[in-house]
Amino acid sequence: MNNQGRPTTPAAETPADAPVDSGATISGNRGLQIEEALIFEQDSVGQCGVDLPDVPDVAFRLGGIAPRERVGLPGLAEPTVVRHYTRLSQKNYSIDTGFYPLGSCTMKHNPRLNEKMARLPGFADVHPLQPESTVQGALELMHTLAHWLTTLTGMAGVTLAPAAGAHGEMAGMMAIRAALEHRGEAARTRVLVPESAHGTNPATAAALGFTVDPIPATADGRVDLAALTAKLGPDVAGIMLTNPNTCGLFERDIRAIADAVHGAGGYFYCDGANFNAIVGRVRPADLGVDAMHINLHKTFSTPHGGGGPGSGPVVFSEALAPFAPVPYVVVENGALRLVEHTDGTGSYGRMKAFHGQMGMFVRALAYMLSHGADGLWQAAGDAVLNANYVMARLSSVMTPSFDGPCMHECLFDDRFLKGTGVTTLDIAKALIDEGFHPMTMYFPLVVHGALLIEPTETEPKANLDQFIATLTGLAERAKAGDVAHFQAAPRFTPRRRLDETAAARKPVLRWAAE
Amino acid sequence: MRYLPLTEADRAEMLSVIGAPSVDALFRDVPDAAHLSGPIQGLPNHMGELAVERTLAAMAAKNVAAGSVPFFLGAGAYRHHVPATVDYMVQRGEFLTAYTPYQPEVSQGTLQVLFEFQSQVALLTGMDVANASMYDGATACAEAVMMANRVTRRKKAILSGGLHPHYRDTTTTDAHFIGFDTAVQPADPLGTEDLEALVDSDTACVVVQNPSVFGHVRDLSALSAACKAKGALLIVVVTEVVSLGLLPAPGAMGADVVVAEGQSLGNPLTFGGPYVGLFAVKDKYVRQMPGRLCGQTVDADGKRGFVLTLSTREQHIRREKATSNICTNAGLCALAFSIHLSLLGEAGFTKLARLNHATAVQLADKLAAVKGVEVLNSGFFNEFTVRLSRPAADVVEQLAARGILAGVPVSRLFAGEHPDLLLVAATETTTASDIDALAAALAEVL
Repeated sequence: MNNQGRPTTPAAETPADAPVDSGATISGNRGLQIEEALIFEQDSVGQCGVDLPDVPDVAFRLGGIAPRERVGLPGLAEPTVVRHYTRLSQKNYSIDTGFYPLGSCTMKHNPRLNEKMARLPGFADVHPLQPESTVQGALELMHTLAHWLTTLTGMAGVTLAPAAGAHGEMAGMMAIRAALEHRGEAARTRVLVPESAHGTNPATAAALGFTVDPIPATADGRVDLAALTAKLGPDVAGIMLTNPNTCGLFERDIRAIADAVHGAGGYFYCDGANFNAIVGRVRPADLGVDAMHINLHKTFSTPHGGGGPGSGPVVFSEALAPFAPVPYVVVENGALRLVEHTDGTGSYGRMKAFHGQMGMFVRALAYMLSHGADGLWQAAGDAVLNANYVMARLSSVMTPSFDGPCMHECLFDDRFLKGTGVTTLDIAKALIDEGFHPMTMYFPLVVHGALLIEPTETEPKANLDQFIATLTGLAERAKAGDVAHFQAAPRFTPRRRLDETAAARKPVLRWAAE
Repeated sequence: MRYLPLTEADRAEMLSVIGAPSVDALFRDVPDAAHLSGPIQGLPNHMGELAVERTLAAMAAKNVAAGSVPFFLGAGAYRHHVPATVDYMVQRGEFLTAYTPYQPEVSQGTLQVLFEFQSQVALLTGMDVANASMYDGATACAEAVMMANRVTRRKKAILSGGLHPHYRDTTTTDAHFIGFDTAVQPADPLGTEDLEALVDSDTACVVVQNPSVFGHVRDLSALSAACKAKGALLIVVVTEVVSLGLLPAPGAMGADVVVAEGQSLGNPLTFGGPYVGLFAVKDKYVRQMPGRLCGQTVDADGKRGFVLTLSTREQHIRREKATSNICTNAGLCALAFSIHLSLLGEAGFTKLARLNHATAVQLADKLAAVKGVEVLNSGFFNEFTVRLSRPAADVVEQLAARGILAGVPVSRLFAGEHPDLLLVAATETTTASDIDALAAALAEVL
């Protein structure tokens, strides 16, 4: 492999229907498909993209330790760095460039107003340990956000500390564990988790030392209430339930589930990753929830940044609120103050350095204020309307896994591909060639060959129509037996199908000097 | 409502395709008692862009921005100058608004960045391999201790008294719930604790911060040897990543795991988050480490490309048997880190480290000359501890009222303990006149 990313050995045989000139250029570049070498391969020794002042002439005071001689980083001038990252950015699909119907990931429009607000020096250039008298505005923002979250959910308390949704699950389950310990019932160690749950749910419960006990789904894609009830007992700590669930459905029996779990002495943790379907229309407190995380980046739109950062505040019922982690904001003598230590509180402890993802709090509140109560009502409605529209129109060529209506995402399985030789992965890769990001595949696990489509409320109808027409065309093409078309996809991307098996078998996880 | 593109005509047409009388009808699975009949009460209705800007700007104006005053706070979060290029690049929509790179063919940008980030972090820490980032340094520290438990099958961790209390508390919170023993050492303001003597055959790991939260730097080779002799892992915590341009790499001193806070490069203070956790290990622990990993591979044409890999460790595959429940990384913060480090390069990064240290030496000398101030450290990077003749929290409040943010009182981190100690940090943003202002103000109030 040379540093242009071109093969040093002859390329694999070109697929029959691929463009004949595939990859066949001298430079390795094709039009705007630029081959971009690693920064380490662009090293211009001694070059620097930053002008720093001279180092004052003082004797090092390192306690007798010899200073480090070398790190091994490459040297690049500023223009090289700008071009490198610009070119790399152009190899990404993003919500700014197109429709991103990745189910359960909620890729909606990211307003730039939110970015502008997060960059105000009064928010971005503030240290977490400044005296409280110098950060009253930051504490006011956290207090206001907490008010919005408790009002929208009807819950008694909230922690803003968790750094992501999965981290919020930890916070919620820790509160449940702390409450059980407080009740003297630490022996309750079994947690019921439906098979359709996000993978983080069982991972969280297990990480905290709970035993995970799966609950099967019914034929209509919901928690089997009878199976659930049969599993309840004096060793059950609670249930982790996603609602709306990962099949895109609202758990109709949710009140009965909550009552049954409470009746058996357990707590009800709700995975609120899909809260954007019901925000402003359904208050989780009215469903009997004891703890629920909210992915600010999904429900209240902050950019997902290629995987993060996220933010996962957790709302609590009266029973669990006293155990919430530190820190939190309180009002004292008219001023806002942070409680940072557990002494004199019922808090179970701390779960992150400092106070939470402030940058995300600003973005979320900017979005909340922009939408308001009326806008959130409309937004949840439009998210559900868009998903049901996609489901209704695609039902003629694909098979919805469950009867509708769905919530903010719709689920199909691979029955429509039976006998065609085309897989759901092939469909996904063919969609890429048509200019769309694929939907979520393989998940939820309860459905074979799942295709989970989440349009979100910020997608115009015309885009949905184009997507529907494209997917319909691909489904028909698959049924017509054009397997070769699918197996050759994608053809118009910076890279064609990547060998993930080889990557895992012999991991190459960093650049190393030859 | 400008974010919602559907028109009333669209909605009516879509409902007719679905065959539903109203949007409300689509919520029919929600129990009637829980279904609100209109927008929720108790919150304002929508605002225009200008009104939102005014509301948030008013809140921001109630804070004192670090850049507007002489500023000496550190303790795990550091004010550095971020080149304009960094924020410009991270705001490219193709980076900013992309998701986790599950479809590698249309995510090569993010994936190559992560591969380069992993390589940079491995070089800085002197380790074999790094992951694609964690939430922050403190959560990375807790994950490292849990990993040591998986690797050694032992249930005791020794936490240094020089470990940042937030890292200590984050780790002990996790440890409490999984029944893991944490031997927390008392605060170590003088940097004299002897951890070597504590390591025994029950020890899963020793967690030591370098420089410590009190600013002391130490050679970890002897501690590493003691750990190795007893089969324990040495976890080294770095809260100021710029220090790695001047201090020996933890890997070179025998670390098995290095966790660090990467905020110092590319990421603003932002009142404590989002930050970026770094996590690097020796090769043999790769399959036990938490978090995302990006790996190199080839595509169908034999060209080099990148994918997320070793996902069989992850929650979406192994569920309750996963190495951790972590789902996201701090992708955008890792990107900012990586761009800043690319701009600096070898020459810039080592110079920045020397500049930080030299500025701190100047600060220490100036403060040591003030009556009522005693500098406790003989060795430090860009932060050190001073003993004041009066309670540090009071002094900090008094100086804040005069427009100087003087440092972090140790009592704020250690729940009231060591009231006379103050942590003071300098970076390349600290000017000579800032230093003079602090020294003069301290001379007046002490």
